Amino acid sequence: MTQVGQVVGILRKLNEEYQSSTPKKLKLIDAYLVYVLLTGIVQFAYCLLVGTFPFNSFLSGFISTVGCFVLAASLRIQLNKANQITFNVSPERAFADFVFAHIILHLVVVNFIG
Amino acid sequence: MTTVNDNTSEYITNSSSSSAGLKSLITVIILICVCISGFISRLFSIIRFESVIHEFDPWFNYRSTVYMTDNGFYNFLNWFDDLAWYPLGRIVGGTVFPGLMVTSGTIHWFFHMINIPIHIREICVFLAPVFSGLTALATYLLTKELWSKRAGLFAAAFIAIAPGYSSRSVAGSYDNEAIAIFALIFTYYLWIRSIKTGSIFWSSCTALSYFYMVSAWGGYVFIINLIPVHVGFLLLLGRYSLRLYVSYSIFYILGLILSMQIPFVGFQPVRTSEHMIAAGIFILLQAYTFFDYLYNKLRYVRNIETIFFNLSIIISIIVFAIVVLLTYTGYIAPWSGRFYSLWDTSYAAKHIPIIISVSEHQPTTWTSFFFDLHLLICLYPVGAWFCVKDLNDERVFILLYAVFASYFAGVMIRLMLTLTPCVCILAAIALSKTLDYYADAESSEMVSNYDDSVSICDEVENDENNQYLDNNAQNIDETDDNDDDQNFLTSNIKIIVVTCIAMMLLLFIVHCTWITATAYSSPSIVLVSYNSDGTRAIVDDYREAYYWLRQNTPEKARIMSWWDYGYQIAGMSNRTVLVDNNTWNNSHIALVGKAMASNETEAYKIMTMLDVDYILVIFGGVIGFSGDDINKFLWMVRIAEGEHPKDIKENNYFNDNKEYRVDKSGSPILFNCLMYKLCYYRFGELYTDSAQPSGFDRTRSVEIGHKNFDLEHVEEAYTSANWIVRIYRVKKLSNRFQAKDALEKLTSSLSEESFEKNDGKGVILNKPHVKKGTKKSMRRT
Repeated sequence: MTQVGQVVGILRKLNEEYQSSTPKKLKLIDAYLVYVLLTGIVQFAYCLLVGTFPFNSFLSGFISTVGCFVLAASLRIQLNKANQITFNVSPERAFADFVFAHIILHLVVVNFIG
Repeated sequence: MTTVNDNTSEYITNSSSSSAGLKSLITVIILICVCISGFISRLFSIIRFESVIHEFDPWFNYRSTVYMTDNGFYNFLNWFDDLAWYPLGRIVGGTVFPGLMVTSGTIHWFFHMINIPIHIREICVFLAPVFSGLTALATYLLTKELWSKRAGLFAAAFIAIAPGYSSRSVAGSYDNEAIAIFALIFTYYLWIRSIKTGSIFWSSCTALSYFYMVSAWGGYVFIINLIPVHVGFLLLLGRYSLRLYVSYSIFYILGLILSMQIPFVGFQPVRTSEHMIAAGIFILLQAYTFFDYLYNKLRYVRNIETIFFNLSIIISIIVFAIVVLLTYTGYIAPWSGRFYSLWDTSYAAKHIPIIISVSEHQPTTWTSFFFDLHLLICLYPVGAWFCVKDLNDERVFILLYAVFASYFAGVMIRLMLTLTPCVCILAAIALSKTLDYYADAESSEMVSNYDDSVSICDEVENDENNQYLDNNAQNIDETDDNDDDQNFLTSNIKIIVVTCIAMMLLLFIVHCTWITATAYSSPSIVLVSYNSDGTRAIVDDYREAYYWLRQNTPEKARIMSWWDYGYQIAGMSNRTVLVDNNTWNNSHIALVGKAMASNETEAYKIMTMLDVDYILVIFGGVIGFSGDDINKFLWMVRIAEGEHPKDIKENNYFNDNKEYRVDKSGSPILFNCLMYKLCYYRFGELYTDSAQPSGFDRTRSVEIGHKNFDLEHVEEAYTSANWIVRIYRVKKLSNRFQAKDALEKLTSSLSEESFEKNDGKGVILNKPHVKKGTKKSMRRT
């Protein structure tokens, strides 16, 4: 029981620190990440329920959610000031790269979705 | 002494501002020379013969490219080829890697758009040499990222002429490897670049280059397994960084969906074991990054490191267990035969004889490594050791590439091609580091060393010089083991070493050019032999026979031959073939093999079932050509035995001494089989050598055992000038009454006895007998 209490305490502390220390821009990206994750889960659950036909459409939609998630996470990492030393990109360049990758991703998704 | 110092330091400051410009000028000039030399060294067969497509596989690629330029891209993607694999046909759009055809088609379209009317054949023939220049540039870029620009220039020069690469990219060798090696190295360069910068842009470019590689060659599996293994090793070595997360995740997810756009690849990236390592590492990396993020927030919690470490291990075990479960239940296909036989080399011999019968799939001999790589194979471990000593993220990659490529090159001779870029890069690194010590004569360190050595030689007069002398004496004692200090390298030693290295490199160039000229420049479709006085005799039998087929057979005629020649027949004669080099249907090939290995009557049954009109065999006994069908015959028997073990047994074709011989001691079953009869029909009347009896087979160097036989169900249609290609026509079913029997019956019925039997009346042959009371039935006799 104390272990559960410990875990709950840690989670609460984590939540507080997250709310206070992360800048607003990153919180926005985090909210977007949670939304994309939810859509991915919904798509996968639908596939499990209804079946995989047509497989290419399911794959295309699911990979689209995973791709958006990964790209947004990468953008968040690159925009985080704490990571300035590992990455040598300005925030504008990071966002431009993000848009470039998204164009490629969505062109392919639209082609694959049948 | 002081004046010498001043002059040299002035020289250094003056040149540093213009040296950058000079350096880049020299770099560009060297790279241009490298591209030109790579292009030129591949043109031997064009100069000796003509601009023609070589070998077997390129003929299919050429035919597809012609189809694409004639009919457009969408018709090519949806093309159903009914000239191949009669009666099955082949869905070309879904069974071919379109990158090669699309590349040539694009170049063709571009040139025609600017009104330069190049024929598509010229583009196909010269595509490989042009791309070899691009490969050299990509290797330069990759080595520049791994080590330095100087090593990059060496690597570019090496790969431009290395025989391991030029063997598959001579002019006329219009095959997937021509563009695939360029795509491979370029993808690796972009991957190293994206790991070093952690930028989303470079990762997306890596994914696009990977897409080009997937469209080009089935060897893309190498990339999609090597990069995840690299990521895994970096995690194990504790070199995790956020750059790694960004680059691999974006590369994987974009690469995944891009690779599924190729119809031939289809859904394999999510359904086969070959792609599961990449997926597993992707999931592991997501989990690892998440834990890393939490760890940074939760540093104060006790034992947080062990908790996260254990969680990572548990997650990897769970993912591995899920993959194993899915493979076991059949959702994920196991490793396909082609790739499994790289791991278990005896697998193909037992189960899939057609994989092991291909000459390119044989194990590599020791001499091939030196033959294909000469000096580089000796410098290769040295370069690997230098990378191990100064390890960083990208050098882990090249070391993993080296390990895996070395293993694969040892398994299959065809995979020497994937080893060659790695060997070129590491050998260039070794050479560059060596020459950094011995050829660098302009640094101030070197100047002061020179001055010091001058001062040693000079007369020692004042204390200053004495001091230098003492210091030098001490330094020489200390620095004997320390190779960073260069006091002991006088200019004499440097010159000697640099000269030796230059001589070795000259020998390397001579070797590469000689190998490319003699061993790898034969077009296989045109043979050459040399007369006793040295003049050339061109043996053009193949093309002669294929054009005879094209001009003298009906358009819908079906040709039966061994699968080696299928692409060439379809490409040059434009006729339907039964089996070709695609070898996707083992049963069909086994049926053809059974027909070749059975006696004439059995073979005739198979041939009528398959609607065969013509048979084509290759026979080299007249000129001593050793690549003919009699030498390949045992493979036909083995493949047929794999599918029809009751009818065909390999031991039947050996003589009593368990040897495969065609002379008098050969087995009678061999003498009666279709292949033997077709090859040696009328050969018994031919004198190939004045000193030998008639029917002397110059390839096997024996007199054949079974001569002067007749063919019952086939007739000879064409034999080429040197008897290399022999074409036979399959006779239609014979008439109902045999002519001989009818004559006998007629003469017997006209004889005295039958007259008396029939009371002096004549007799009608086969007169139907009327049975009273029953309907007269039209009986067919």
